[in-house]
Amino acid sequence: MTSHRIGSLAAETLHFTFDGTRYHGRPGDTIASALLANGVRVVGRSFKYHRPRGIMGYGVEEPNALVDVTLNGITTPNLRATTEALVDGMIVRSVNASPTAADDRKGFLDRFAQFLPAGFYYKTFIWPDWHRFEPSIRAMAGLGRLDPRNQPPAQNPQIAAHCDVLVIGGGPAGLHAAQQAMGEGKSVMLVDDQPVIGGSLLSRSAEIDGKPGLEWAATVSADLQANGHRVLTDTTAYGIYDHNLVALWQRRAGQSDAQWRVRAKEIVLAAGAIERPLIFPDNDRPGVMLADAALSYLARHKVLVGRRIVLATNNDRAYPVADALRRAGAAVTIADLRPQASDGALASAKIEAVHGPKGVEAVTISGQRIAADSLLMAGGLTPSVHLYCQAGGKLTYDETIAAFVPRDDLPGIRVVGAAAGQYALTEILSLGGEPHPYAIAPAWPQRDAKGRQWVDFQNDVTVKDIALAERENFRSVEHLKRYTTLGMATDQGKTSNMNGLATMAALTGQTIPQTGTTTYRPPFVPVPFGVVAGRRRGEFFNPVRRLVLEREHRDAGAVFREYGGWLRPAWFGGANAAANIRREAIAARTTVGILDGSPLGKIEVIGADAGALVDYNSYNTLSNLKPSRIRYGFMLTESGVIYDDGVTSKISDEHYVVSCSSGHVAGVVARLEEWRQDRFDPARVFVHNSTPQWATLTASGPNSKALVAALGLGVDLDDAALPHMAFADGQFQAAPARVSRVSFTGDRSYEIAVPSAKAASLLAAMQEAGKPLDAVLMGSEALLLLRAEKGYVIAGKDTDGTTMPQDLGIIGPMQKRQNEYVGRRSLLTDNAQRPDRSHFVGLTVEGDTTLPVGAHGVETLNSKRRSIGFVTSSYDSPTLNRPIALGLIERGMERKGEVIDLVHLGQTFRARIAEPCAFDPEGARLNA
Amino acid sequence: MQLFSCPFCGPRDETEFTFGGEAGKERPEPAPDVSAEDWSKYLHRVGNPRGRTREIWVHHTCGEYFLMERDTVSHVVAGTQSLRGGGA
Ligand SMILES: [Zn+2]
Repeated sequence: MTSHRIGSLAAETLHFTFDGTRYHGRPGDTIASALLANGVRVVGRSFKYHRPRGIMGYGVEEPNALVDVTLNGITTPNLRATTEALVDGMIVRSVNASPTAADDRKGFLDRFAQFLPAGFYYKTFIWPDWHRFEPSIRAMAGLGRLDPRNQPPAQNPQIAAHCDVLVIGGGPAGLHAAQQAMGEGKSVMLVDDQPVIGGSLLSRSAEIDGKPGLEWAATVSADLQANGHRVLTDTTAYGIYDHNLVALWQRRAGQSDAQWRVRAKEIVLAAGAIERPLIFPDNDRPGVMLADAALSYLARHKVLVGRRIVLATNNDRAYPVADALRRAGAAVTIADLRPQASDGALASAKIEAVHGPKGVEAVTISGQRIAADSLLMAGGLTPSVHLYCQAGGKLTYDETIAAFVPRDDLPGIRVVGAAAGQYALTEILSLGGEPHPYAIAPAWPQRDAKGRQWVDFQNDVTVKDIALAERENFRSVEHLKRYTTLGMATDQGKTSNMNGLATMAALTGQTIPQTGTTTYRPPFVPVPFGVVAGRRRGEFFNPVRRLVLEREHRDAGAVFREYGGWLRPAWFGGANAAANIRREAIAARTTVGILDGSPLGKIEVIGADAGALVDYNSYNTLSNLKPSRIRYGFMLTESGVIYDDGVTSKISDEHYVVSCSSGHVAGVVARLEEWRQDRFDPARVFVHNSTPQWATLTASGPNSKALVAALGLGVDLDDAALPHMAFADGQFQAAPARVSRVSFTGDRSYEIAVPSAKAASLLAAMQEAGKPLDAVLMGSEALLLLRAEKGYVIAGKDTDGTTMPQDLGIIGPMQKRQNEYVGRRSLLTDNAQRPDRSHFVGLTVEGDTTLPVGAHGVETLNSKRRSIGFVTSSYDSPTLNRPIALGLIERGMERKGEVIDLVHLGQTFRARIAEPCAFDPEGARLNA
Repeated sequence: MQLFSCPFCGPRDETEFTFGGEAGKERPEPAPDVSAEDWSKYLHRVGNPRGRTREIWVHHTCGEYFLMERDTVSHVVAGTQSLRGGGA
């Protein structure tokens, strides 16, 4: 064993397996620290070459240690072992390796590496078709395994919050900023992605305000919380959006992860910095690790990553790391790449080879082979400027620290600490005094690189791949990225982008700032989709609206379907849809059907200008109605297209009720409101949507009058007093009840509207009164069938985005109305007046086959077949005992009687163009 | 997600708002006197300016249409204003 836990092993109480072997870990471990504590070196295989890989980092930057984790029978793929807390009972598997990471069958691929250069797939699998090769290549390269059972419930809360100052990062810089903001009386929120506040203080010792660093951090955090400020740990700020909105992903032990959306007056970015790898041959061997990571495993988990350690560095930050490792018992050789080195370190060191395919065994430094079990890299820090750049910040290259740093603060956004290139505590805490030595001498890869030197570990991009991209003229960093896939893996290049662009700079002879960076986009780390979706999944994705009487309908055997956003009874009586719809339709034509029509719009327009507003909104004039009368009509868009149809009731000159189709209520309210405010005096007319306050039950059929009469609503039902297209107000159980004679079936019908609270009583009363009249409950399907027999249009089903009222033969208002209405001018355009428009017609089938909806009418001209329209509605009519259909057919109104061919999915049909109304054209049944 | 300030309700998330149209666009009428070109312009032509723009938006929560001046590049909202004259 190389890496191991130091001190007592008594606390190893958590059990887990990795690639089938049982191990132990302790509370506070990540999967990575537990694997290292158990001496596991190979934790995965690289994406392209299946090279054995070990743990390289400590946190979000980790490129190698991706694992599939099974817990409680559910597998989550591609988690970073370095950021996943160890839980008792976890089954951990390496990805991209079979059967195990240590013995991967595809390891042979590495020997073909010279045949798999950058762009290999682009160049090789062009002919005949990439898709022929794609499945096997994907199976070979894929990361992780999807678990179809991994369907977590939609329990991720999304929490909105706001504060004066949001501090991202709980290291010394963030804590200092939070402390200051609190002192200024501002409300503060501090977030950190680690389980403990402290940042670099968790692994590097310091003294602040006379206290040890960690104790100071805990005190500040406790102070913040004691003063009512929020401190969130295990929380990653992953995206920054317009107007200072920050998205946070919070991991909560034993609970679903949460998303926070925080709107802050000021954002302080104290996200720290990430250490860079050094570039040398075989720098991807298991056991090659970042120096900062090794320090964190030691300080936070008592895990020593090796016994004989080589520490390669180009800066001074590595020396305290060596001290700490030595104190823990390791033998450390410092290979300093700089010409000046201290403390017995090797100076001007050159890492020439790393030996040991499955874990470091020795390192050749400047010609000298040194036995070692670990090789640590300290390549300098890359400030975490991701969120700053997402917000539109521009970077500037600071030669003294060899890093890109924020150029200016943005409005409402400040960058502090290591993220701003300030690495010394004295500088961060404004203490004055000597800055901590850093003294980096960058060691960027050079053109003459020997051997295979990894830049992007996860996507297997080497210096040679970048050189190839350069030769093939993919020199812009954005091209480099896409051609080589540098920085495109799940780690998004956190350890590789800087080295990659520096390599390109060296190859092209440009400076690093001239070469520039790629674009930073959210998310900063992979965030589970469930966190982004929150509860908007499944039935909450687009919730249906529900009827007051849903339970009563369910008890009566209703089968529900969604219609226009409402969950409505489609039919009653169980699984046999066709038979039940037929039964209901026949009863509604012969006795009486009872239908829940509550979703129909009831939009009240009230005020002195109410008539003018409803007229302007409508194709037909409505204000010249007599009170207590109802008129059918269309609403058009400004393009003249039919938007909706429905009836409007006039209560008085200053009060109308617009009844639009159920799916269009919100839209009709919105357009009435828009014109009210844009065109009318909003003090003289009001629009109120009272749809949800009222339940509407309809009795339709020859026995409907007797049924309503039996309810005793106090309404004179004599046809002279209450003719078709009129309404009267009565009472039902001391509540108002409006009885309207409108019909969507073509039979005598009564719509009874009562306050929603009375809906159940009214339904019960109607069923009771209906018993001797052979009444049936009727669902939406029977209604749709009955209206089709009558040729009544459904806007959006029998019309499309071009249908105008003249296409239904309704030209009166267009020809006669003298005042303005929505869509008027569009009815007069050349296009609207074209003779070859599609008209709404009936289609009488030759034979007894029901036409498929969507079947196209076709004609053949000069041996070329073309569409002349299509079927919009089609049913098997129980009333007529034959199929019926409606459609939009070119010049349909002129072609009545003509027989046309229709085709659908290879089938051919014939139908005669007819009037839309197939049943009772004279309308006698409305009063039967 | 942007933050817009309804003149009646104050700052709210943009999801509560819908774009209503360019400010100052006049509906040409009466219809018989309007040329096809003018009607087409009214229906389809929008300035889509880069930078400062004046727009009508509606806040669904209260239902009010109002004027908003904003920048289409920086997304800075310069201000919002009620369309109601006389402080109604
Ligand atoms: Zn508002």
